[in-house]
This record gives sequence, structure tokens and C-alpha cells, in this order.
Amino acid sequence: METTVKKYTYKDFANDQEVRWCPGCDDYVILRAVQKALPETGVKKEDVVVISGIGCSSRFPYYMGTYGMHGIHGRAPAIASGVKLANPNLSVWVITGDGDSMAIGGNHFIHVLRRNIDLNIILFNNEIYGLTKGQFSPTSLVGQKTKSSPYGNTQPPFQPGELAIGAKARFFARIGGNVPKDMTDIFIEAQKFKGTSLVEVLQNCVIFNDGCYLKYTDKDVREDQQLFVEHGKPMLFGKNKDKGLVLNGLKLETVTIGENGITKEDILIHDAKIEDPTMHQMLVRMEHPLVTGVIRSFQDFTLEEREDALTAQIKAKSEFRKTNDLFFSGETYQVN
Amino acid sequence: MITLEKNPNAETLDAVVIRFVGDSGDGMQLTGTQFSDTSAMFGNDVATFPNYPSEIRAPQGSLYGVSGFQVHIGSVEVSTPGDNLDLLVAMNPAGLKTNLYAVKPGNTIIIDSDSFTKKNLEKAQYETNPLEDGSLENYRVIQVPMTSLTKEALKDVEGLDNKSITRSKNMFALGMVYWLYDRNPAHTIEFFQKKFKTKPHLIEANTKVLNAGFFYAETIELIPNSYSISPAKMKEGTYRIIMGNTATAWGFLAAAEKSGRELFLGSYPITPATDILHELVKHKHFGVKAFQAEDEIAGISSAIGASFAGDLAITTTSGPGLALKGEALGLAVMIELPLVVVNVQRGGPSTGLPTKTEQSDLMQAMYGRNGESPVIVIAASTPANCFNYAYQASKLALEHMTPVVLLTDGYIANGSAPWKIKSLEEMPEIKNNLVNEVKENWHPYDRDEATLARNWAIPGTPGLEHRVGGLEKDRITGDVSHVPENHEIMTHTRAEKVKRVQNYIPEIQPEFAQEGDLLVIGWGGTYGSLHSAVKQIVEKEGYKNIGFAHFNYINPLPKNTGELLSRFKKILVCELNNGQFVNVLRMNFEEQKFLQYNKIQGLPFANSELIEKFKQLA
Repeated sequence: METTVKKYTYKDFANDQEVRWCPGCDDYVILRAVQKALPETGVKKEDVVVISGIGCSSRFPYYMGTYGMHGIHGRAPAIASGVKLANPNLSVWVITGDGDSMAIGGNHFIHVLRRNIDLNIILFNNEIYGLTKGQFSPTSLVGQKTKSSPYGNTQPPFQPGELAIGAKARFFARIGGNVPKDMTDIFIEAQKFKGTSLVEVLQNCVIFNDGCYLKYTDKDVREDQQLFVEHGKPMLFGKNKDKGLVLNGLKLETVTIGENGITKEDILIHDAKIEDPTMHQMLVRMEHPLVTGVIRSFQDFTLEEREDALTAQIKAKSEFRKTNDLFFSGETYQVN
Repeated sequence: MITLEKNPNAETLDAVVIRFVGDSGDGMQLTGTQFSDTSAMFGNDVATFPNYPSEIRAPQGSLYGVSGFQVHIGSVEVSTPGDNLDLLVAMNPAGLKTNLYAVKPGNTIIIDSDSFTKKNLEKAQYETNPLEDGSLENYRVIQVPMTSLTKEALKDVEGLDNKSITRSKNMFALGMVYWLYDRNPAHTIEFFQKKFKTKPHLIEANTKVLNAGFFYAETIELIPNSYSISPAKMKEGTYRIIMGNTATAWGFLAAAEKSGRELFLGSYPITPATDILHELVKHKHFGVKAFQAEDEIAGISSAIGASFAGDLAITTTSGPGLALKGEALGLAVMIELPLVVVNVQRGGPSTGLPTKTEQSDLMQAMYGRNGESPVIVIAASTPANCFNYAYQASKLALEHMTPVVLLTDGYIANGSAPWKIKSLEEMPEIKNNLVNEVKENWHPYDRDEATLARNWAIPGTPGLEHRVGGLEKDRITGDVSHVPENHEIMTHTRAEKVKRVQNYIPEIQPEFAQEGDLLVIGWGGTYGSLHSAVKQIVEKEGYKNIGFAHFNYINPLPKNTGELLSRFKKILVCELNNGQFVNVLRMNFEEQKFLQYNKIQGLPFANSELIEKFKQLA
């Protein structure tokens, strides 16, 4: 009998299916990052289950060498909840997009976060409907011209992090679609987190919304336009790491060290683990810079833990071991 | 301790039908349940039917706020809650007004005369007081000032507010009815002792009022005699009174234990199905995972996830919920996983009649999905056999790797009847299609040759990692395939898999005539009404050429259905809808002519209307 856990490589989590996303799509980066993250988590291959809804991203399970289900539009969190509650030993991943999770599946999305079942959700946010060929999504910007908004979108967007934290998400991270190494690290952290982890990937759609994140993700501007937060470290950014965040009244403000008497000690330290989500909400709402990294990681009881504890209590107290005990209990009578 | 004398004047009857009616806050459901439980313990066969408004607390005294509970008890077999009332107990004018139609002239009405105030009469839209205007002169009306007698009985009990005093008058009525039908109130007194364990003053109060009603009935000259119903001849065994929804829940518990699978329920509350959820959440000691989801779609989707992970997975709902589950049910068809969907039918379309019964979701169960999407459809037909069909639905789902829709309805789900308790040892084996080992050339869509069930490899099993999904699958590898011929073959295969279930279900056995002039056909929850009407016309009125076939298996139909139909000259299909099963039969047996009898009032069939119809045709 094999007693040691096999050391996997990313190839163990791939399969022989031809990947059919458009050339240049960030989905390839995400797929490989998941395949590279899994060997680092210590999870056995047969215990990994990948569940998706509908959309370009939702073809994902077909390209994994694990158990998987390509579900129906918007329902992946519900299907995944059933998988995890049925067998809490599994590592369950949900693959979803901005339309899948926040339009048709909005209800399941908020409730899965509220319940805190130990799932890893990767939200591919490209601010557009790709598979149906270019309609606006719940994260498309006002004014954005799409096939279904030829004169400009009039529906104000969701900010996924804001919605998620409002729905009591315990773990929220955001990452650009073009930084495979950081992305892999965040997926590892998401898997290690006990509870629902939501990772929003700023995923570029090369066909219908190309370049929508360039102002944040382009190599030349990335360091000045993104603040990559890490728990316990000061929230600094910029090429020279000389810019940072301070609190001014009820608002976050960007400052430069050395200007107006600001020193490094004035810069806020990131605390991802506090229960109070106020600061996390402010961080996800910032646009300049855009905050990436693990923004919130508050450890709480999972639904499985609550259920298990309750079940154990009830089992200990109950006189019923078999259904026969129940059926013949209470008010029965004999007919002779 | 009071000893109770047996009523010496008791006249022996075969069966009686009693209905308790009052305001929705008057405790009529409790009163009715206590009477039926006590009668069952005494050995009577019983059938009950609650009838309550969909408003939780409708305005007091209003016509639409009337709540009722009907009990049919017999020393003979009782298969319906009955039509014509031998006794109506009306706690207020609205209850009298809305239920008088069911009392035959000459029969008895017990009335709380205290409640016939000007205000209550107005609320019930009576222009004159029916107790005074002579409109009830064809009935035996027993007026009892129950409210004041209850107050009087409780004057020495401490710790009671006015509300609790008035609310216990239902026990006064129950006490009277116990005396009238020669029943011992001991069971109900025990019930008080359990229910109010920590509130001794409520035990005292309710017991006092119950006894006061009992002795009042004995004492007053208004009730000259009473009736006794001997125990019924029932098969030897241990029994309990069970409600249809409880029986359904227990059928799943039994199937889970027998099959060795854990039970997962994904559900969203909906009348009249919610009691199945209520029942299953209690049984965490058996490891039941009952998940109240955010909506109907999440209910079934979580069940599909649990099924993928290896549980016996079910979801419970009523008509509008089944509509919402349609897409996910199609996914379960496509990925060929075991799943049971319970639809406790109610009146539709849309929100329809949430608390009333109907059989109008048959077409939805059969066809309410996109694409060619066959599922097994079975229907329970009595409160007690909900147990068997929930068990059977689980067995078929697990053995044939397909979703099963189990139809019950508000009538049998809320009705109760004696159930000869089945121990797990008596139940048939449940096999499954689990695979645990890696075999060369293994594919997730490899099938059992006889059933065509695909194999079930669950996450956690090394070497059998595979992907399923809503896209069409290659018939060999299970990979995504858009090949035209493959889609056609897979469509036929899924249909054939369901069709072959015919080889694993019993043939249909008609009751009464095996061939002859008229075959009465029913399905699902109408068994009791149809059976008792046919029995009456055959056994008491001499129509020997009438047969009766009641279907529990709808898709596929039993193998011998065509042959059975050919043995009768006329075929009458009776349904509580506008003709749905009859169309299933027409589609399958084009050569036959089918007559139909339909009722769409949210009510069960009445005996008299069925008999009249049968006589026209026989």
C-alpha cells in the first residue's frame, strides 16, 4: 500500500483534451496556474473536483485531469455545495465568469459566500459576455459599447469584491490575468484557506473586450497602478515603493513618502485577517491604485464544521441508530 | 383519576365520517388528529384529510379563514376520508356556512352556540341567525355553549390567561365526540402530559376541559344515544398512523440505509411539500444531510452535486418548484446520475391553489424540460404507500442511473392512515452501479448490458477521474461530442434505458372484474376514492362487470398495460386534472378509445359523482 502522498507535477492535473479557448486568452494562464498550484497544496488528485457553470471559462473542467462537472448556467456554486457537503474530504473548485456568477447565478453566488462552505471559487472577470459573442455583463462599465449596447451601456456595474464582502465573503483576492506566478500563489493560499475563497481574476478577453484592464495590468504601468497587498505589511506601491495608503477621515488616501512630512511609519499596515470588513471594503473600491492580492482572509467556522458539530451532538443524544428504531418508536399499536 | 364508563347505549356502526371546523386558530387540526389517533389505537381503520386556508392567520371569523379536519373511521376497510358527514362540529358561524353542504339531512351538527354572536354572523355573511331562522330544521343540531362551559370548567385553574382559556374549547368539543363514539380519552390525556411537560397548569386545564366535554355529553339529554365502531379487520402486525409526507421521508431513510448510501436532501420550502424537509432535518442521527437551499434551483443543483459525490440525493417540491428545477433535471438526465425529485402536487397553474389537491403536473413531470429528456415517473397512491414509492424511486434511480420523478399530491401528503410498519429486513435489496477499481479501457459512460445504466465513479476514487457535463457526450469515451450520429444514438440510449425499467417493475393487476364492460382507470392519489366507489358499485349494487386498474408506474407503463386494456369494452380514465394520463395512454395505445372523467376543483372525487358516472357507462 502506498503510504506517502505522490509528488505531483502540473501534468498530473492536465489531460489529453485539446484546449479550445481563443489564442492569447488569459484563460490559458489561469488553467496552468491552477494546475501548478495543486501539486503544492498536498491534495490528492482523486480528491479534486472542479465544477463550472456556463460561459467560456466554464469549459475549464474538461481540461483538467481531475473529477469535474460542466454544470448549467449560474448554478456551479450550488452544485459544488452539494459535492462538498456530501464529501467534505474533497477539494472543490468552482469556475465561473462575471455573467455566470453575478447575473444568472447571482443568488447562488451570494448565498455560497454567506454560508462559508470550504470551496475555492475562481471568478474570471472580463467585463463582457464572450461565449454569446459580446454582450455587456454585470461588470461592464457604463458607456461601454457592446453588441447589446451599441450606443453605450446604461446599467451601472457591480464591483465583485464589494458584492462579495457585502455577502459576508471571508476570503477575497484579486489578481491580474497576466501574472502567473502571483496567481499560482494566490490559488495555493485559497486552497489552504478553510471556508469559501473567492479569487477574482482580471481576465482579458482578446476578442470582445481586448485591453480592458491594460491601464492596470500593462507591464509599464502595473507597479504604479496596482497595489499588491500582503497581510502584515505596509500598503506600499509604485516603481520605487514610495507611495502608500493612509486613512484621512473616512477615506483612503494615496500619499508619497517624503512629501508633506509623510514617512514609512504613516503608511497603513494591511490586516487581511480582521473580522470587521470596513477596511477591506474600502480597499476593493479603490481605483487608483487598484488593489490586488489577498484583500480579506478572515478565518471563521465553515458550514461543514457547524453541521458536523451539530450532527455529533445529536448522534450522541439520540436513541435511534437504525431506521427500524425510528419506525417502531412512539405510538404504535398491535393488530392481532 | 377518573374512571370512564363505557357508554351503554352505544349503537354499532360500520364507519362514520366526522369533520371538525373552526377558525384557523381554533386548533381543529389538533382536535382531528387526536380523534383519529385514538381511533386507530382502538383498532379502527382511519383516513384523514386536513383542509386549511393558505393564509397563516386569516381574519378571525371570516369565511376564508375556516380550517377543517375530516376523519373517517371504520370497522371495515376505509380508503378515503369520506364524502358525506355523519357529524359536523362547527366552532363558529363561518365554519357552519362553508361546510353545511357536506352534511346529509338528518345527520348531526354540534355547534358552539356562544360563537353565534351578531359580529360573527356578519363576518360569515349570515343575514339571519341559522340557529333561529329554521334553516337547519332538517338536521339534528346540538347547540352547546362551549366557550362558557370551558370558562366555567377552568375557573379554579391558576395561571391561565383569557386567551388560553378560550383556546382550549376545542378540547371540550373533542371530549363530547369521544363520548359520542365511545372512545377513551386516555390517549389524549397522555398527549397533554408529554406536550406540556414543563407547564403543568396546561396539562390540568386541557384535561379538565376534555373531561368536562365528555361528561357534559353524557349528562345532557340532548344526546340521546351514541355510536360505537368496532375494530376493523386488518392484517396482523404492528401499526402506526402516518401522514403521507412523513411516509415519503421515511421511505428515503429506509432506502439510504438499505443501499448503504448517505441521504442528501436539497430543498426549498413550498406548500404542500415542506413537511418532507421538516421530517428529514430531524434525522441527523442517521447522518441525513438536509440542506435548505436559497431557491428551488439550488435545491436540485446541490442534490446533483451530492449525487455526483456518491450520495442518495433527493429534492422535494411542488408544481411551481418543479418548473424551476426543469433545467437542472435535464442536466441530471444528460449526466445520467441517480436523483429523486418529489413533486407533491397542488392546484395550478402558477401559484394556483397551494393548499388544495390536483393531479395536473403529470405532463410537466413527463415532458417539462428542453430536448429529448426522458425520466422515470412514478406516483404514490395512499398516505401509507408513499413509503414504498419513495423507497422504490430511490431503488430505480440508483439501479438505473437516472432521475426519477415521484408524484404525490396534497391529498395523500397531508392525509394520514394506518401503516403496517415495514422493517428494513422486509424491503427489497438495492443495488448500485458504483465502480471502485481501475480497469483497462474504462470509460465513465460504460453501461450495464441489461439496464443500460452507466457506471458511477465517485470523486475520491483514484484512477477514475473523469468529467461530465451538460454537453452531449461521446457514447464510448464520455468526452464532449457534436457528432450528429452520436447524438442520435445517445438520445435513443437514454430513452431505451428508461424504457427498460419495464423489466423491473410489476405488471398491473386489475381489481374486481378481470374482463368485462367497463375498466375504471386511475393513477396516484385518487386510489382511495376510486377504489371505494368501484367496490360499492360492484359489491353492493351488483355491477359485476366493472374492473379497476390503478397505476403507480407512469413512465414507463407496466408491460401488460395494452393487453389489460383490450379485455374491456369501455375504458374510463378518472383524473383530478383536465385529462393528462388519458393522453399518455392515447399516445401509447392508439387503437383504444378512452373516455374520461375529470374534476378540477382542488378537491378529491366524491363517491356519489363517481358512482353516477360509472352507472352511465356500465
